[in-house]
Amino acid sequence: MTGADFQALLVHLVLGGGLVVLMLAISFRRGRLLAAGLTLLILLAALASVWWSAEVVPRTVTPLLRIDGYALYFSALFLVASLVVTLLSYRYLLDSRDDPEEFYLLLLAATLGAVTLAGADHFASLLLGLEILSIALYVLIAYPQEGHPPLEAALKYLILSGAASTTMLFGMALVYVASGSLDFAMASEVAAGGRLYLTTGVVMIIAGAAFKLSLVPFHMWTPDVYQGAPAPVTAYLATVSKGAVFAFLLRYLLESGVIGAVEVTGVLLVLAVLSMVVGNLLALRQQHVKRVLAYSAIAHIGYLLIPLIALGTSDAALAVEATLVYLGAYFVMTLAAFAVVTVLSGPTPGDDADPLERYEGLFWRRPAIAAVLTVALLSLAGIPLTVGFIAKFYMFAAGVTAAAWLLLAALIVGSGIGLYYYLRIVFAMTRPVAPAGERLPQTSASGQVTLGVLGALLLLLGVYPAPFINAVRHALSSWGG
Amino acid sequence: MLVLVLAAAGGLAWASERIDRSWPQWISLVVLAASAVWIGAVWVGGGAVATVELEWIPRFGIGVVLAMDGLSLLMVLLTLVLGVVAVISSWTEIEARQGFFQLNLLLTLAGVVGVFTALDLFLFFVFWEVMLVPMYLLIAIWGHEQRAYAAMKFFLFTQISGLLLLAAILGLVFQHQAATGVLTFDYRELLGGASGLPAWIMVGFLAAFLTKLPSVPVHTWLPDAHTQAPTAGSVILAGIMLKTGAYGLIRFVVPLFPEAAVELRYPIMLLGAVSVVYGGYLAFAQEDFKRLVAYSSISHMGFVLLGVFAWNQVAVQGAVVQMVAHGFSTAALFMMAGALQERLHTRDLSRMGGLWIRAPRMGAVTLFFVVASLGMPGLGNFVGEFMVLVGAFQVNVELTVVAALGLVVAAAYALLLMQRSFQGRPAPAGPAMRDFGARELAVMVVMMAALVGLGVYPQPLLDLSGPVVDGLRNATEVLP
Repeated sequence: MTGADFQALLVHLVLGGGLVVLMLAISFRRGRLLAAGLTLLILLAALASVWWSAEVVPRTVTPLLRIDGYALYFSALFLVASLVVTLLSYRYLLDSRDDPEEFYLLLLAATLGAVTLAGADHFASLLLGLEILSIALYVLIAYPQEGHPPLEAALKYLILSGAASTTMLFGMALVYVASGSLDFAMASEVAAGGRLYLTTGVVMIIAGAAFKLSLVPFHMWTPDVYQGAPAPVTAYLATVSKGAVFAFLLRYLLESGVIGAVEVTGVLLVLAVLSMVVGNLLALRQQHVKRVLAYSAIAHIGYLLIPLIALGTSDAALAVEATLVYLGAYFVMTLAAFAVVTVLSGPTPGDDADPLERYEGLFWRRPAIAAVLTVALLSLAGIPLTVGFIAKFYMFAAGVTAAAWLLLAALIVGSGIGLYYYLRIVFAMTRPVAPAGERLPQTSASGQVTLGVLGALLLLLGVYPAPFINAVRHALSSWGG
Repeated sequence: MLVLVLAAAGGLAWASERIDRSWPQWISLVVLAASAVWIGAVWVGGGAVATVELEWIPRFGIGVVLAMDGLSLLMVLLTLVLGVVAVISSWTEIEARQGFFQLNLLLTLAGVVGVFTALDLFLFFVFWEVMLVPMYLLIAIWGHEQRAYAAMKFFLFTQISGLLLLAAILGLVFQHQAATGVLTFDYRELLGGASGLPAWIMVGFLAAFLTKLPSVPVHTWLPDAHTQAPTAGSVILAGIMLKTGAYGLIRFVVPLFPEAAVELRYPIMLLGAVSVVYGGYLAFAQEDFKRLVAYSSISHMGFVLLGVFAWNQVAVQGAVVQMVAHGFSTAALFMMAGALQERLHTRDLSRMGGLWIRAPRMGAVTLFFVVASLGMPGLGNFVGEFMVLVGAFQVNVELTVVAALGLVVAAAYALLLMQRSFQGRPAPAGPAMRDFGARELAVMVVMMAALVGLGVYPQPLLDLSGPVVDGLRNATEVLP
């Protein structure tokens, strides 16, 4: 490996090294502030190194990893999301009776896994990243030791996620039988005889990924896990975990060249339409904000499949760009929504601001927080002047250029249904305050700053998205496909 | 420019609530009045407001293009004047959260002004959607009994049709790109640049505008939304927001899709005629003051639809006059309904009756607007409806006859409204009722003057919108 290789790998190195430093620091001296501060520093250093790595991309570092603008874009996204989650967790874990230091350790490990997935170009690195991410998540979900729901959620996630990983592994084995290589790109050279193995394998890989992305019909775990997990972890699960799996899925489908195959497109089409329609429908009757957000996430990943399907039919560059923009927007709005849930939660961990009644009258009690949540929800619904609209605009553009009318119809129907449950939350917030409303927890300074920044981003990117779009295009210009 | 002024004023009004409860009202009143005077001065002076052109999202050829021609100017002026009316009409009605109310009011108006001036389809769509959110909040927070249901229905209807509009805009733009190689959302470039567009793209536009107008199959949101909204909300909804749909038809649908418009002309005119009669018929059966007026709106906007798709000069001009006249007359009636509700705490017609004795000034004012609404010659609505019918007659006789029947129905429901509320046997005496004060009377007199002016001497207005209508018609010479 040359110096440039190391430079390209800097994000991984900083995160890995940071993990060791943090672990040592914790074993020598326990302290909440120390652990959180150190985590922030490590994440910031990793974020800074993204820029430095950008000088040497695109570059294949060992056969396992491909570091290009695409990988770095996702790495930056994951690091920012982890930063937000760290900031939110500090206050959230402050009143916890057990030691919160290892929480940050797991968070860093999960992020390392996600970053690895973003650059994975080989089944080995794919599996490696996926397992680092998932195993850290099992523990994170169950982190609050008090209470039953987190444990249940973690167990559910562990078993089902294990099954999904196995499915994916089997799929990889089948692809290997057909192509004789574990490289992503080799699948295109499969002889006619191996075709059946290949498509079966690819479909199984997609199924495994669909589980992690919680696409219908692999979505059963989502609402329970979202509800049971502590709010910051849910935010992490909804953004980084899904984003990482999507990043690998997109790269795999592009590089292996299987996207044009009828079977693969058909499977994706079914998943997309089901997710958009069922996800939105099931959200309608939910009485818990975290569950609503869970179903809405299902629908959103369903929307995201539109450009993925459009890849095979038309302007691939637009489709990839649409995916990246949408994921960026999805990160911001989901983090903002969960940030609000987190700052309203407490005082004891596990006592999350989940039931809808707890949001009644929020507009008059905490106008700023309610405003951020409103903007986040409107953004999720895709109303103009928020970043969610730009994202939805891209979905429409990808759908229209690919002439995918069925998908567009599902998108329109889904968005229409979606509005209803987003507005229900907004409406609850505008209700008069109940006379004997319980006390709301104090918002910490870090929480305020995070909320402010996320809220501003939602609007800023929605009103003036040109720099964001240019950044995405710049990242894609060094795509090393 | 103006959009920003209004939005900023909204923010200011919100902030000023902390200083004093009455500040927000004054701020929005002064800002709206000043803007109205400004635009009015532009009209009188014959000058033009500067066109704004900025790049926004170069990736898709999207720019910020705002311009104002005669038609836009007219609509913007209507918006601002009715904005003043809305503020005054809710002067005492809104007790809670005055600042936030004015913020939403001004944001809605800013969105509407944006819709009337945007010349970039993307920007147009943004404004189109943006005006909905504050309107939703107006209904949801300050509305009447069933506000949650009404607000949700309003939002879902307009939003889903809005998504169809978005898909259609993109379809149009990408077709245009395929034909000319230029990716742009600029209305002026798209206009006439593409012919032979598939009809489904127009249907997308049509879905959005007909829902907003509203025309018959997609009108059901309107009675609920209008009835449940606070007075200012109803005034804005009926007076201004419905006009955005009509404006969209005139500005976008027919000029952009002349061929498809010819193909679908008769079915759409039929929808218009049906709206006229059916809306009037339903209005006839209502027990609720506001609901009755709401259904009458459907009927009146049916004339606009008819006029636009007849697409000859007389008919389109008539549609424009009808839009303005309907804006005033309906706004006044909603204001009256609001005033009655504030005094009697009911909108139920069966609990009114004989109010003339208790409030003669209100009675006289109501009589004036009711008569205007049924199309009495000499008032603005008559000019509009007459011109539409004349124009439509040249295109299709049968449909015109059907629509003309609507005038008869209008007379029936309008007079019934008057009879049941102000005349007849007095309802069991309630608490003493305040008659109109100077504030309310002044507003009403201004709107009366506008309607009389429109009815007696509509020429200045026609001169203003005439060149625009002619220009749009020239762009679509395919039409007979």
